[in-house]
Amino acid sequence: MLVGIKDGIKLFGISVMAGCAVLICTMFVNFYLDILLIEELVTSDAARVFYQAQVSTARVVCLVSGGCLLITSAVMLCFYIKHYIDIHKKELGILKALGYARLRIAGHFWVFGVSIFTGAVLGFCGAFVLMPLFYELQNKDGILPEISLRFHPVILLWFVLLPTAVFSGLAVLYACFRLRKPALQLLRENLCGAGKAGGKAGEKDIPFLEELRRSTVGTKKTLAFFILFSAFCFSAMTQMSFGMKELASEMMGVMMLVIGLTLAFMTLFLAVSAVVGGNTKTIAMMQVFGYSGLECCRSLLDGYRPLAYVGFALGTLYQYGLLRVMVDVVFREVEGVSVYAFDFFAMLVSLAVFAVAYEAAMLFFGRRIGRISVKEIMLE
Amino acid sequence: MISVREVTKFYGCGETRFQVLKDINLTIEEGEFVVILGASGSGKSTLLNVISGLERPDGGTIFYGETELSVLSDRELTAFRRDNVGFIFQQYYLLPNLSVDKNVRMGADLAHNKDYRAMVEAVGLGEKLHKFPGELSGGEQQRVSVARALAKRPRVLFLDEPTGALDEQTGRQVLSYICTLQKELGFTIVMVTHNLNIAEMAGTVIRMNSGRIAGIQTNETQKTAYEIGW
Repeated sequence: MLVGIKDGIKLFGISVMAGCAVLICTMFVNFYLDILLIEELVTSDAARVFYQAQVSTARVVCLVSGGCLLITSAVMLCFYIKHYIDIHKKELGILKALGYARLRIAGHFWVFGVSIFTGAVLGFCGAFVLMPLFYELQNKDGILPEISLRFHPVILLWFVLLPTAVFSGLAVLYACFRLRKPALQLLRENLCGAGKAGGKAGEKDIPFLEELRRSTVGTKKTLAFFILFSAFCFSAMTQMSFGMKELASEMMGVMMLVIGLTLAFMTLFLAVSAVVGGNTKTIAMMQVFGYSGLECCRSLLDGYRPLAYVGFALGTLYQYGLLRVMVDVVFREVEGVSVYAFDFFAMLVSLAVFAVAYEAAMLFFGRRIGRISVKEIMLE
Repeated sequence: MISVREVTKFYGCGETRFQVLKDINLTIEEGEFVVILGASGSGKSTLLNVISGLERPDGGTIFYGETELSVLSDRELTAFRRDNVGFIFQQYYLLPNLSVDKNVRMGADLAHNKDYRAMVEAVGLGEKLHKFPGELSGGEQQRVSVARALAKRPRVLFLDEPTGALDEQTGRQVLSYICTLQKELGFTIVMVTHNLNIAEMAGTVIRMNSGRIAGIQTNETQKTAYEIGW
């Protein structure tokens, strides 16, 4: 089988993302469903206001975090499949040439859904481990009557079974879409030759390394998007965590921050891995000719830096806009919640952490590039 | 002068470990045209990789003049390749996103060669400077890789089955370009092939069999690419 369980397991990052999304959503949806059951028991005005705030918080966190994380997982999954197809074009082309139907080949891509299932199960179980403590903290002052923790089978269906089925189907459909090219085209694109033009060729007297830097970003648009998207996620998630800290409880804020940072680092790591993975042949050839690992690294990865910071800026705008809208809409009937203000300090901290993390990742991958085996690439 | 002494090379480990090169001894003089001939699996490509510094031998020594290749660090080996050797492979390995001009410049920049376009002209691709590899035929792509390798002004040019993916006419044309340029520039050629006819173009033919040198033969007269059979 061309796509094996191993390939699905490799999508560790997507599992982490799905796990976090399911953890957050399960906790808050379960809490939301349980708190709805005590609505009639809330009689005093003070308790009523607190009750409304808790319901609104659960809605915001579910929509913002869960939704954002699930969309991120879907985008990452699609890009992983595209990336996988890009680097396995030859094998896929051979299968098509041998007469295997497009849908039959694409059918094997369901295993990518395994990554979602793994993450979802872990997130679901994790949520039930944390929930007793979470329930206690949400009502630590005893304003509301006791909220009992109940198991809602519908959550298992929504957040574990359904996402697995949907993501597996999405993987198959997307693979089917990507494999619509004729077999010969898939084969040819893999044999060096058939690369497409990457812009206006050689009009200016630009040194090779500089030209390579430009063309890498220009022609590998998927990877460029990957970097931009990871920086976007980093920025949005970390800053959103700070914002959530004020909207939800202290414990939730810290939890969101930890999850936000984990996800952001994971996305960044996956994106740079993809950049290096997508350029191994170029790197190998450059090393054969005598270019150092540092030169390879700079020419291939430096071009993505401006995109990374653009992604960070977009993420900042996105998280601010989203939280502002959500707070304005969801908390409009709740007293005592002020207008959501832009947290400049959080943005600066996030930017500093991002800059350090990005450069550290580049350094790490620069070293990895230096260790790429020329012979392995030649034998491929 | 390249001096190879008692070179051995193993692949695999444990029970699957096997010896690819067995006590190889040979000497290649400067400006010589050497062909390494052998059947598939005889160890000829491994020998080329080891001599060129792409792979390290497990035993023995390789000297380029006074420089011992086998003791160089990875960084020194990269610098060595940068300053001394050029490569042409069967599969060309051009960078698909860069034009012919930039692909050749990849080699030229390493040697600070500003006249690299003359090399593109020399291989007959002056008109296609701004084309991309995908827009060229196999023969043209191989000629680009010839220009790329020679634009870095190597002292030694290593070729691994350079005509393996080409038809007869194009293969002869590419070999002819290489030989003409060698006469002009005086670099050393080490070429791996399984084609007996191509061996007639070389000054020295090294026959490989099961990881050993089965024989070294000197050709008194070297044929041109258009005189050999195919």
